[in-house]
Amino acid sequence: MVSVKPQKLLSLLSLPLSLLFALDAWAVTVIEKTAAGPKINDPARNWDHLWKEVLIDITAMGIIFAIITAYFLIKYRRREDGQVGAPPKLTTALVVGWTLIPSFVFMADDFFLAAKGWQLWNDFRQVPADRMEIKLESGMYSWDYTYPNGVQSQNELRVPAGKPILLRMTSRDTIHTHFIPDFRVKEDSMPGRVTYLWFYPENPGEHVVTCTEYCGIMHSYMVGRIIAMPPADFAAWYKDEETRLVQQQALKSQPVAMNVESAQ
Amino acid sequence: MSFATTMKEWIFTTDHKRVGILYLIGSMASFAVAGIMALLIRAEQSAIGPTLTNDPSQYNVWLYAHGAVMILGFQIPALTGFFANFCIPLMIGAKDVAFPRLNAFSVWLFYAGVVLALLTFVMPDPPDVLWTGYPPYSIITAGNTAFYTFTVLLLGFASILGGVNFLTTVAFMRAPGMGWNQLNIFVWATIAAFVLQLIFVPVLGTAVTLITFDKYLGTHFFDPGAGGDVLTYQNLFWFYSHPAVYVIFLPFLGVLYEVVATFARNNVFNYKMVVYGGIGGIVLLAGEVWVHHLYYTGMPDWLRIGQMVTTLLISVPVGLTLIGLVGTLYRGAIDFRTPMLYAVGVLFLFLIGGLTGIPLAMTAMTVHLGETYYVVGHFHYVMAVAGTFSIFAGVYYWFPKMTGRMYNETIGKIGFWITFVGTNLVFWTMMDVGVDGMPRRYFDYAHFPQFESAHQLMSFGAIFIGVGFALAIINWIAGAIGGPKAGDNPWGSKSLEWTTVSPPPHGNWPTPPAVSAEWTPYAYGTR
Repeated sequence: MVSVKPQKLLSLLSLPLSLLFALDAWAVTVIEKTAAGPKINDPARNWDHLWKEVLIDITAMGIIFAIITAYFLIKYRRREDGQVGAPPKLTTALVVGWTLIPSFVFMADDFFLAAKGWQLWNDFRQVPADRMEIKLESGMYSWDYTYPNGVQSQNELRVPAGKPILLRMTSRDTIHTHFIPDFRVKEDSMPGRVTYLWFYPENPGEHVVTCTEYCGIMHSYMVGRIIAMPPADFAAWYKDEETRLVQQQALKSQPVAMNVESAQ
Repeated sequence: MSFATTMKEWIFTTDHKRVGILYLIGSMASFAVAGIMALLIRAEQSAIGPTLTNDPSQYNVWLYAHGAVMILGFQIPALTGFFANFCIPLMIGAKDVAFPRLNAFSVWLFYAGVVLALLTFVMPDPPDVLWTGYPPYSIITAGNTAFYTFTVLLLGFASILGGVNFLTTVAFMRAPGMGWNQLNIFVWATIAAFVLQLIFVPVLGTAVTLITFDKYLGTHFFDPGAGGDVLTYQNLFWFYSHPAVYVIFLPFLGVLYEVVATFARNNVFNYKMVVYGGIGGIVLLAGEVWVHHLYYTGMPDWLRIGQMVTTLLISVPVGLTLIGLVGTLYRGAIDFRTPMLYAVGVLFLFLIGGLTGIPLAMTAMTVHLGETYYVVGHFHYVMAVAGTFSIFAGVYYWFPKMTGRMYNETIGKIGFWITFVGTNLVFWTMMDVGVDGMPRRYFDYAHFPQFESAHQLMSFGAIFIGVGFALAIINWIAGAIGGPKAGDNPWGSKSLEWTTVSPPPHGNWPTPPAVSAEWTPYAYGTR
């Protein structure tokens, strides 16, 4: 029975894989050079890009593996009752080669992906300087946001489109994860620690915020909205809210009698 | 013999095969219960809004019971309890394990743990802390976290006793002439799993004990208001629970090797690569990857990046074990009996599960994919379903040895195909909606209405899984009672457990076997 030799198979397996990585690395550099870079290095967009690359990578490996397995299963099925296998005799060189060469192929892919992953992780951690910083305190079962000017809102975060938004998060009871699927980002908020995440709402629109750390009985109802508004609309809304806040505070700081009088 | 005498004989048995079968019965009962929980979960998810129950905490109890019982009550006991007990002494040519009474004690502990887990369904305020039990919720909940803790502790003790026992057995009780490189892959894989259990189970024991202290004795280990830290628990928990994935993976890999080598009638491809590179590599890396469960918890960046690299590198030893498995098919003589069908099914399921784990190894990918249905789909492919299929492959494979009888081949194959189709319907769809942002552990997905049809498809597929597995279990029970006599070695295997009669008597062989220096358990073909 003459068929594919192990050595041949090995080269069959390793060659397309290494070619794939090389091609991919090259393609990405070319694309990145030719594309006009956006003003803000948006992690969500980069996430989508890397996701496609990783999908190509794992699909190629999966198909190669699956085809070889299926081929063996069909070709080497038992044809008569007493038949036994005729395994190849492995020399020491083959034993070592079959261990080291696949290991290096896998490792090459691992380090390639690790480098890509690290790069994207930097995008997720390096917040642009011209950001808007908002405080978040989560609790069972709501998201409580505080703007730089002291305005507060619950389960609804209005933000100006085109500005990076940084959330500094903590929790007053259990662990809640602030997950915004549209911006491909989540991070835990928990008591006793302050964590952060940032996202870039490029255009006006509405996005779901949802809790993804099991936080209690009503976990699945812990939902909010992020509303990205045109910058001018946001500025107006923000000013209004601030004025209202100042009025409220002024009212609070005045004696009660004055308060009644002014109401009349 | 009266029923009472038989019962007494089984309960007080110290015979490793009977202890093993007790483990099998207990773990299959757990599987049935946890499987019903899965069907209830899927029924609840079949439409938006409350469907089967109006009470979210009832649903959360199902989630807890499904996860905790499947992992702690079914997979780990079936793999390191049943298979290890039944097969290891037979494979190494020993009369029994090194400490038979300790062995009997460990199965009692296991039953006590399972009973405690099952009390969930009758007591008021059952635990609703998922199988992970994260504080602060597990401390402030009205649910009875102590039951969770003591279930974990009892099953952990059972595991530690098993580990000590089997490491001693393999080290000192091998047949005369049997060297380390002549062991079955299953024996290697299982003792590797026990090494991991011995190192890491105490850490889990510590973590859940501290939870109980915090909740009932007023300590503040995980309370930041009094100088504690909530993340400490997650680190301790995953420091055990990630290696626990390999405690499941390694023995099921061993089962696959036995099944594939026997039904391909072929020598294991590159034995030393599989044992030292594959299994050894997994043991070395197992304890350095737990932070990938904490990628979005505010861990320091150096830890997230460092463990991204170690997690990706796990693909090296795992890849080597897969090459060995597929290589064993090369120039074999493959017979597709039911055990082999399940094993081949695992090859493909594990491939999908393993590759879809690669994005999850990357920190920056996980900040989107983490805690969504993508993760649920991934680990069901790679661990839950691949592990369960392997357990079913192994039970079918050693069924004639256990009972001396044969199961029904046709029903076995029908059962496999129904489950295989259902599995892919459910878990592929799960990964698909997960990438689009469907969060896991949701009682109600009212604000994700776009996923309702996918949820209906998954609930439909779950019925297939249930029916397929039920068919297999019915097949075993019917075969054990009334199946035709199977003979001592129906598959023509060369491994030592097939050289004795079926079922083997107490003591296994009249005279224990000795092996020559050239003997291997896979000596088919040219050798």
